[in-house]
Amino acid sequence: MPSKLKFGVVVFPGSNCDYDTYFVLEKIFNQDVKFIWHKDRSVGDVDVVILPGGFSYGDYLRPGAIARFSPIMEDIIRFANRGGKVLGICNGFQVLVEAGLLPGALLRNSSLRFVCKYVYVRVENNDTFFTSLCDEGEVLKLPIAHGDGNYYVDDETLKKLIDNNQIVFRYCDRYGNVTEESNPNGSIYNIAGVINEEGNVLGMMPHPERCSEPVLGCTDGAKIFNSLIHSLLFTEEFFK
Amino acid sequence: MIKAKIIVKLKNTILDPQGKTIQHALETLGYKEIESLRSGKFFEINLNMDSEEKAKSIVDEICRKILSNPVTEEYQFTVEKITKL
Repeated sequence: MPSKLKFGVVVFPGSNCDYDTYFVLEKIFNQDVKFIWHKDRSVGDVDVVILPGGFSYGDYLRPGAIARFSPIMEDIIRFANRGGKVLGICNGFQVLVEAGLLPGALLRNSSLRFVCKYVYVRVENNDTFFTSLCDEGEVLKLPIAHGDGNYYVDDETLKKLIDNNQIVFRYCDRYGNVTEESNPNGSIYNIAGVINEEGNVLGMMPHPERCSEPVLGCTDGAKIFNSLIHSLLFTEEFFK
Repeated sequence: MIKAKIIVKLKNTILDPQGKTIQHALETLGYKEIESLRSGKFFEINLNMDSEEKAKSIVDEICRKILSNPVTEEYQFTVEKITKL
């Protein structure tokens, strides 16, 4: 059984969680990691592509709107359509919705404030590569830091997301109750993370890479990376 | 040369917290007659071409592709012939 996955972390001008993500994958989870420059035309030989947090192109026009047309995006769309695993964190999530790899859009927080704090999210769907080691309904404590995290979809799409079990995380209180007070940004249905229909592209506003080692005081983010590593290495073994 | 003027704003069905905040500020300043306020973005593009028809189709494509997000926003634009500066 291979013990390592190959991760590629995309670097856009303005990405600022790229090194954090690289660091935890290499030093904490002991995986193979490389950076992928936004001007590259190919993601190369990787199992997982991560679009990190930050402010690609200064969030000009709309967050993710310009990064979405970076040269690398064409191959990321190809990679995703072939079933490659793609994780978008924060600004990465915004790039994925702009690119049409995930439904919906991320609007300005309803408070108009940049929100930087720990929140609780409930795992709504643990039948994904990204959450396989979580219990269904498990409450995770994760940090958010964004000004445009207000997830929006129209009613018809929301119904589809619910019916297909595509909502992976919802903002909740520490006991797992989904309430208006626990919604930090006005997201419809308290949505904090969604997956595509095929189950290989996940976007989430919270930052798992900022809470994956004990020295940072919280390790709930490690569950996302560990789920990914375990489920992918296991599938590889299974199909051999 | 053609000048295109483009306005992009949130669809009316979508909450515009920025517009709401500006509206409240104006009400605070005493402008009681304000009924509603929506904020948006404005773009001015000069195109090096003469055909208004062609310019319209290019600007429409640009609006759809990048200047607006069709999930949440709508756009409108005008084009006019101008003399080169």
